[in-house]
Amino acid sequence: MAHDDAGAPSSGTPAPGTPAPGAGQPGTSAPGTPAADSPEPVLEVRDLVKHFPLTRGVLVKKQVGAVQAVDGVSFDLHRGETLGIVGESGCGKSTVAKLLVGLEHPTAGQIRYRGEDISTLSGRALKAVRRNIQMVFQDPYTSLNPRMTVGDIIGEPYEIHPEAAPKGERRRRVQELLEVVGLDPEYVNRYPHQFSGGQRQRIGIARGLALRPEIIVADEPVSALDVSVQSQVVNLLERLQDEFGLSYVFIAHDLSVVRHICDRVAVMYLGRLAELGTDEQIYEHPTHPYTQALLSAVPVPDPDARTHRDRILLAGDVPSPANPPSGCRFRTRCWKAQDRCAEISPPLEVPAEFRRTPGPVRHPSACHFAEERTVVPNG
Amino acid sequence: MTHQEAAPEPTGTAAAVAEPPLLDVRDLRVEFRTRDGVAKAVNGVSYHVARGQTLAVLGESGSGKSVTAQAVMGILDSPPGFLTGGEIVFQGRDLLTLRREERRRIRGAKMAMIFQDALSSLNPVLSVGAQLGEMFQVHEGVSRKEARARAVELMERVKIPAARERVGDYPHQFSGGMRQRIMIAMALALGPDLIIADEPTTALDVTVQAQVMDLLAELQRELTMGLILITHDLGVVADVADTIAVMYAGRIVETAPVHQLYKAPAHPYTRGLLDSIPRLDQKGRQLYAIKGMPPNLTAVPPGCPFHPRCPLVRDVCRTDPPPLYEVGPGRTSACHFWKETLDGAR
Amino acid sequence: MPEPSVPKEAIGHGDGGSAALALGEAESLERRPGAAPPGAGPPGGVPAGKPRSLWSDAWHDLCRNPVFVVSALVIVFLVIIAIWPQLIATGNPYRADLAKAQQGSQPGHPFGFDTQGRDVYTRVVYGARASITVGVCATTGAALLGSLLGGLAGFFGGWSDTLLSRIADIFFGIPVILGGLVFLSMVASTTVWPVVGFIVLLGWPQVSRIARGSVVTAKQNDYVQAARALGAGNGRMLLRHIAPNAVAPVIVVATIALGTFIALEATLSYLGAGLKPPTISWGIDISTASPYIRSAPHMLLWPAGALSITVLAFIMLGDAVRDALDPKLR
Repeated sequence: MAHDDAGAPSSGTPAPGTPAPGAGQPGTSAPGTPAADSPEPVLEVRDLVKHFPLTRGVLVKKQVGAVQAVDGVSFDLHRGETLGIVGESGCGKSTVAKLLVGLEHPTAGQIRYRGEDISTLSGRALKAVRRNIQMVFQDPYTSLNPRMTVGDIIGEPYEIHPEAAPKGERRRRVQELLEVVGLDPEYVNRYPHQFSGGQRQRIGIARGLALRPEIIVADEPVSALDVSVQSQVVNLLERLQDEFGLSYVFIAHDLSVVRHICDRVAVMYLGRLAELGTDEQIYEHPTHPYTQALLSAVPVPDPDARTHRDRILLAGDVPSPANPPSGCRFRTRCWKAQDRCAEISPPLEVPAEFRRTPGPVRHPSACHFAEERTVVPNG
Repeated sequence: MTHQEAAPEPTGTAAAVAEPPLLDVRDLRVEFRTRDGVAKAVNGVSYHVARGQTLAVLGESGSGKSVTAQAVMGILDSPPGFLTGGEIVFQGRDLLTLRREERRRIRGAKMAMIFQDALSSLNPVLSVGAQLGEMFQVHEGVSRKEARARAVELMERVKIPAARERVGDYPHQFSGGMRQRIMIAMALALGPDLIIADEPTTALDVTVQAQVMDLLAELQRELTMGLILITHDLGVVADVADTIAVMYAGRIVETAPVHQLYKAPAHPYTRGLLDSIPRLDQKGRQLYAIKGMPPNLTAVPPGCPFHPRCPLVRDVCRTDPPPLYEVGPGRTSACHFWKETLDGAR
Repeated sequence: MPEPSVPKEAIGHGDGGSAALALGEAESLERRPGAAPPGAGPPGGVPAGKPRSLWSDAWHDLCRNPVFVVSALVIVFLVIIAIWPQLIATGNPYRADLAKAQQGSQPGHPFGFDTQGRDVYTRVVYGARASITVGVCATTGAALLGSLLGGLAGFFGGWSDTLLSRIADIFFGIPVILGGLVFLSMVASTTVWPVVGFIVLLGWPQVSRIARGSVVTAKQNDYVQAARALGAGNGRMLLRHIAPNAVAPVIVVATIALGTFIALEATLSYLGAGLKPPTISWGIDISTASPYIRSAPHMLLWPAGALSITVLAFIMLGDAVRDALDPKLR
C-alpha cells in the first residue's frame, strides 16, 4: 500500500518525486510530505498560530503583548503513521497538542481533518469530530479522576457520546479495553489510587481508545514513568497502532523515545518548526543547527561515546516566547547567525543547496545556512 | 547446586582500594515507619567514593538512592525515617558517632548537596548574592563586603554571565539552568571534598542539561572532589561516571566501573534496564520490557527482591536473598546467576 | 507460595510506590533468547481486594482517629438532647421557684438554681437545642450559598469571578459583632431565624473563597481537560469531575465554622442582640448570670462549660476531618 511506503522508516530514500514545497503558498502543500503518491493525509495543519494575550489592569483589561506559543506551524499526518514533535520546554509543542484536540482555539490557521477545517467548529459538530481525535496525557496521576472507578473513567466517553455504544454493551466494551491495554478486566470497580503509574497510564490509553479514534495525540505519554515501565508503555502504544491502524502525534522532549516510535519527526523551537523529516533524515542527516545541537546534547547510554562524540554546547537559554527574537528565532543561540538571520525569517522548505541532491539530506529545514552535520555516533 | 560451586565466595563489601576512600558507606539501613507498615527504604547499602572520582547511583523512584544520600548528608526526615544500622565513614571518621554539632560543621563545609529543584531550594526573598555570601559570613566570619565579592567570584566560577550585575537579582529572575548553576555555586562555596548531586539535571532541558553536567564534571576534576551523582538516567551516567552502583528496592544489586557495566552487566535488572531504553543511534528493534513493576517497599518479595520480574528466576531466588558476589576487580553483583548474566551479554 | 506477596491496599506512598496490584504490567514481550518462558514467573492473579474509594478510605481513617471518635460521640449526644431534651432532663426549664434563687447544688438539682430559681441543669440541657439549631442551619446555609457562588465563580472565571470576589470582600469587611448588634436590633422576632440569617450572610464569603480556590485547583487537573477533550459539557465537568474533587476543603471549613458559629450565637445573645427570651440559650443564661459571678458562679459556669465543650467538639471534628481528607497525606 502506498501509505505504507510513506510511513515506513526503513525505506531509506524517500520517493524520487518528493515535491519541493513552495514556500510561497502555504495551505496548498505541507512541507515534508514524505511521498508524492501518498494518500490524502488524515490531518493537515496549516500555518497554525496560537497567541495568548498578556493583559494588565484589574477591571479594564488592556492587552500589553502576547505569548507567541505557536507561530505558524504546518504539517501533515498520514494514516497509520507516527509523527513526533520534539522540542524543549516552552517551545509550544504542548500547545500544538491542545489545539489539535480542540482544548484551545487557534488564533489563526487551519486544522483539517479529512479535508474539513475543524478549528472553527463548535458545539455538536466539534463534538462529533472529537470522537476521532483523542488525547493521552502526560501525568498519569492527575489525568484520572480520583473519585471515579476505572470502569467509570473508561466508560465516560460512551456517556458523552451515547451513539458510540449501546448502553447494555458498555460494560463489556470497557472490560475489553482493559484487556487490550494489558490490565485485568476485573479491575473495573477499582479506583485510580490503587494502581501504579504505569498501570494508570494504561487506563488513560484505554480511555483514549474507547471511541475508536483514528488519531491519538499523546503529550509526553511516558516521561513521567520509571525507566523500566516506560518501555512497556512504548511497546503497548506500538502494538495498539498496528492493531487499530492509529495515527499518532507523539509529543516528547526525549529524543531517543521519539526516534524509537516515530516515522517522521518535527523539531520545534519557540513556536515554529525548525526541521521536518523522516527519522533517518532528522537523526542521521540533520541540517538545522538547532536540531544538531539538540541531538548532540542527548546523553547516549554508552560510555565509549564520551570521547569521540561531536558535542555542540549551546550558549544561554531559550528566549521568552512573549518577546521572541526577530527573523530566525534560533539566531540568538546559533553559532552561524549573521545579519540576514535577524532580518529574514527562514521558511520551512528544502534548502536551495539540497534541492538537487538526492538522498536523505533533502528535507525541509528552516535555516539560511543549512548544512549537514552528523552528530549521532555510528548511525 | 551448581551455581554455588561456580560462584566465588561472596564478599560483604567491594574490593579494597589502594587509597582509603573519601567516603565509605557500610551496610547502611534506613526504615520509614508509616501507617501502612515499615518500609525498608535502604536495606544494607555499601558504597565508597574516592577523591576525584565520580560514583553514579542509578535507580528508579523508590529504589532508595536519594534516601541513602540524605542519610549520608544527615538530612533525613526523622520521623518517619530512621537510621537503623551501618556506618558512614567520611575521611576516616564514622559520621554516625559524631555529635550533632560536629556533624553540622561537616555538612556544607566538607560535603555539600545539590538538589533537583533549584527554585524550591533557594530562598525566594533573598538575592542570590546574599544567599551565597551568607555561607562565608556564617562559616568564615568575613565582612559583608568581602562576602559579596566572594559571591561574585563564585558566580563567575560557575559561568553565570554578567555575574557582577546579577549578584543582586532574586532566584526567580534566573532561568532554570542558571538557578542550577547557583545551586552548584552554593555547594562549592566552602570548598567541600565531597559533592552529592541528586538528579541535578532532571528538571532541565536537554541542551541546558548538557551545559550544567559539563560544568559539574569540569569543576569536580579541577577541584579533585568526590562526586556522588544520583540519577535514573542511563545516558547521563555514561557521560560522567567512573563507577556505577545500581540500586533496586533499597539494595545495591550491582557495582561496576562504567565501561564494564555497559558492556557486560552482571545483574539481570541492569541488563533489563540497558535493553529497555530506546537509543538515539538505533532504530527498529522492539524494546525489551522488564515485566511487572518495582515492589512496594512495605512488602518486598522474599529472596531476591527482583525475582518476580527476573527472566532468569529459579527456585533459589524465591527463597535465598543473594549476597553481593565479587564478580571481577571492583565489580559486585547481587545475583545467584551472575555468571549466566555476564556470559549472556552482548 | 513464593509468589510476590500482595500488598494490602496500601495508599499514600509518595510517587511510584503506591499500591501495587501485581498484575497487568507484564507486557510479556520477551524477545531475549534464552530468557525464561514468560509464563514461568509472572505474578499470579490478585485476590479481589475490596475496591475502596477515597471517601471510604477517609472514613476508614476517621474511625481510627480517637479525636474523631470522641468528638463525634459528643456531637451525637448533643444532637440527641437537642431533639429530645426530655430524655435526660425531666424538669421544666421555665419553672421558677424564687425561694431557691441562686442556690447551689442539691439533691435532684445537681447544677443548682439561677437568679429566678430555675433549675440550671434543665436549662443547660434545653439550651443545646438553640445552639445546635443555629450552628447547623447557619453552617448549612453558608456552605450551600458559599460553595455555589464560589464554585461558579471559580469555574467560569472572568468578570463574574471579579464581581463575586469584590462582593465577598465587602461582607468580609463588616465587623461581626457590630454588624450583629445593628442588624439584629432591628428585628423583633424571638425565633432563631434572624440570627441564622445574619450568620449565613456573614459566613458565606469564607466558604466561597475556599470553594473558589479548590474549584480553580481542581479545574486545572488533567482529568478535567480529558473530559473536555472527550466533548463533555460544563454540567458534566462541574458535577462529575470538579465538585467531587473540590468539596473536601469546603466540608472541613464548614465543620470548623460550625463551632465558631455556635460561639458567635452565644456572643450575640450575651450582648442582647441574638436570641431573646423565652428562647433558652446558653448565651442568654451566661449573660443573666454574669453580674453574680462572685456570689453564685455555678449559674455561669455550667452553661459556659456546655458551650465550650460543644464548640470544642465541632472544632476537633473539623480537625479530624481535615486530617482524613488532606490529599497530602495520601
